Amino acid sequence: MLYREAGQFKTSYSADQAMLTITLDRWFVFGLTAFAIIGVPLLASEYIIGSILVPVLILSIAALGLNILTGYCGQLSLGTGAFMAAGAYLAYKIATNITWMPIWLVIPLAGLCAAAIGIAFGLPSLRIKGFYLAVATLAAQFFLLWLFVKVPWFVNNSISGVPPAPPRSIFGIQVTGAAAGNEAKYLFVLAFVIVLAWIARNMARSRIGRSWMAIRDMDIAAELVGIRPLPTKLSAFAISSFYCGVAGALWALCYINSVEPTAFDINRSFQVLFMIIVGGLGSVLGSFLGAAFIFLLPIVLNSAPGWFGYSIASDTITHIEFMLFGVLIIFFLIVEPHGLARLWQIAKEKLRLWPFPY
Amino acid sequence: METLYLIFIDPFVQMAIEPAFLAEVLIGGLMSGVMYSLVALGFVLIFKASGIFNFAQGVFVLFAALNFVGLMDLGVHPILAFIITLGIMTALAFAVDRLVLRPLVNQNPIILFMATIGIAFFLEGFGESIWGGDVRPVRVGIPDTALFWETGFGEILVLSSDLFAGVIAAFLVTVLALFFHFTPVGRALRAVADDHQAALSVGIPLNNIWVIVWAVAGFVALVAGIMWGAKLGVQFALSTIALKALPVLILGGFTSIPGAIIGGLIVGAGEKLFENYWGLPLLGGATEEWFAYIVAMIFLFFRPQGLFGEKIIERV
Repeated sequence: MLYREAGQFKTSYSADQAMLTITLDRWFVFGLTAFAIIGVPLLASEYIIGSILVPVLILSIAALGLNILTGYCGQLSLGTGAFMAAGAYLAYKIATNITWMPIWLVIPLAGLCAAAIGIAFGLPSLRIKGFYLAVATLAAQFFLLWLFVKVPWFVNNSISGVPPAPPRSIFGIQVTGAAAGNEAKYLFVLAFVIVLAWIARNMARSRIGRSWMAIRDMDIAAELVGIRPLPTKLSAFAISSFYCGVAGALWALCYINSVEPTAFDINRSFQVLFMIIVGGLGSVLGSFLGAAFIFLLPIVLNSAPGWFGYSIASDTITHIEFMLFGVLIIFFLIVEPHGLARLWQIAKEKLRLWPFPY
Repeated sequence: METLYLIFIDPFVQMAIEPAFLAEVLIGGLMSGVMYSLVALGFVLIFKASGIFNFAQGVFVLFAALNFVGLMDLGVHPILAFIITLGIMTALAFAVDRLVLRPLVNQNPIILFMATIGIAFFLEGFGESIWGGDVRPVRVGIPDTALFWETGFGEILVLSSDLFAGVIAAFLVTVLALFFHFTPVGRALRAVADDHQAALSVGIPLNNIWVIVWAVAGFVALVAGIMWGAKLGVQFALSTIALKALPVLILGGFTSIPGAIIGGLIVGAGEKLFENYWGLPLLGGATEEWFAYIVAMIFLFFRPQGLFGEKIIERV
């Protein structure tokens, strides 16, 4: 009744092309953003901000990145972890060697480095696709991690090989490293999330996003109608790796506070892949929903028996978690291949007609 | 100059000086190659018959081995345990077909691929929660003595279990080849692999075929699991080692059984040689982790269909 588009006339082209055309949608998104910026730091506890919201937001960026590549451009990638690692290691390297550079510039720069690496490993996509490409991205996963572990240059010859994140500040407030406050880290990460999500949403509905989708749906046909596969596929790889690199840099500097290879192994790649499957392939909203769902599921599973007064051994929980993951993946693929984002969309469509459906 | 010498000349000099060591490295590599081949074989069977890229094949290996070892630890005779496990794998094939593949029929291959990742996760958790997560040794009476093979240029150390694995693998491939060529079911499988619709129209029941082929893949997984378990113990690293089967498939081609075997041997021997002659002295070791993938990636530039795969022709 409230949520509808009837009577909302667009009288100019710019109004017609706005990102959110329905007024209520627009207010909802503005309200949510304002709440995330102002409300959450005031209301939420340290634990929720530092251990749940920060990692979920960072993983959302990674999921956005993979969604651009796999969801929009249709290039299956199992190398997300490696591109995140590239961002993390290079952010550390840049931050420690070019000390005058502000941290908000370091992280996008590390993302650009990751993008360059992404292009290199995306080159095979011009000749191969599907599963073959998945193997090529696996090469990135194993080779890059090996490289970062074996070459001490990346960690400034640190003896342990796992250096702590360098402390850096914006406006005199420390945002990275172990000593930084959770609220500061949260707001720092949130700024990246808002900007990157806004860019992703706009890319998806502009020329570049349309050409990605054309390539995804049928690359030969797309080529025939004049979309050049080389720039299209490589731009998807570059932008996706940029997002993953930023996510990796934030993960290392703002969440785990150290640069370590185990945080970016093959399991991370699969985790992000699951996020976009469960959340919804080819959907910006889905990246967020999927990241929250996959990250929170193990936490809920771990604490759920406690709520009911049971106690289950932690290894049993891990097994159950694996099984539930598998079942959920299959369930989502069967019931709703378009993921949580699609469910949200269906709910909105229902709401639009409520209470007088046809 | 020094580096170039170390890269291009020194390794070959070393090989020439110590041919016995070279032979040992080569044999060790070929034997791990056989293991990769066995896993890759399961991939190829399913891919040929249903066009599904079964990511769970590695976990199938693990799951089969876990069941086998678990039953043996309960005091079941190895042969009986083998048969029971085969039954379990067949039941699993049936369940996968009914619960996962049927509802997803006609979906995009990538969706099916992701569904098999789901199967892999489920089975990993399921197997672990039933049988526990410890490393278990397999004792099926495979002799594990070191044989010294006297040659003109020195003694070569060969493990009898390696030889045994090689023989079993060769036997398995022969059996599969005979099965595919001379039995009605095998012919039906090949027909389905060739053309689904044509196979349907001459009356081949597609539903049963899928169950059969998944069961055959389960059988191959069981054999691979036992061989691998005898070598390394049944442990969860098995499922990650099985990822190595992917570059093997790239080299051999997704649709070729001989390709899977030869690809496995190339990858196994190649990574051991590279590790011993280039990786350890020049790159600091642990190159086995990525060597196969990089080789596969470079190979893809030149022959995207693999060594023996069918040429991919695309139509709009």
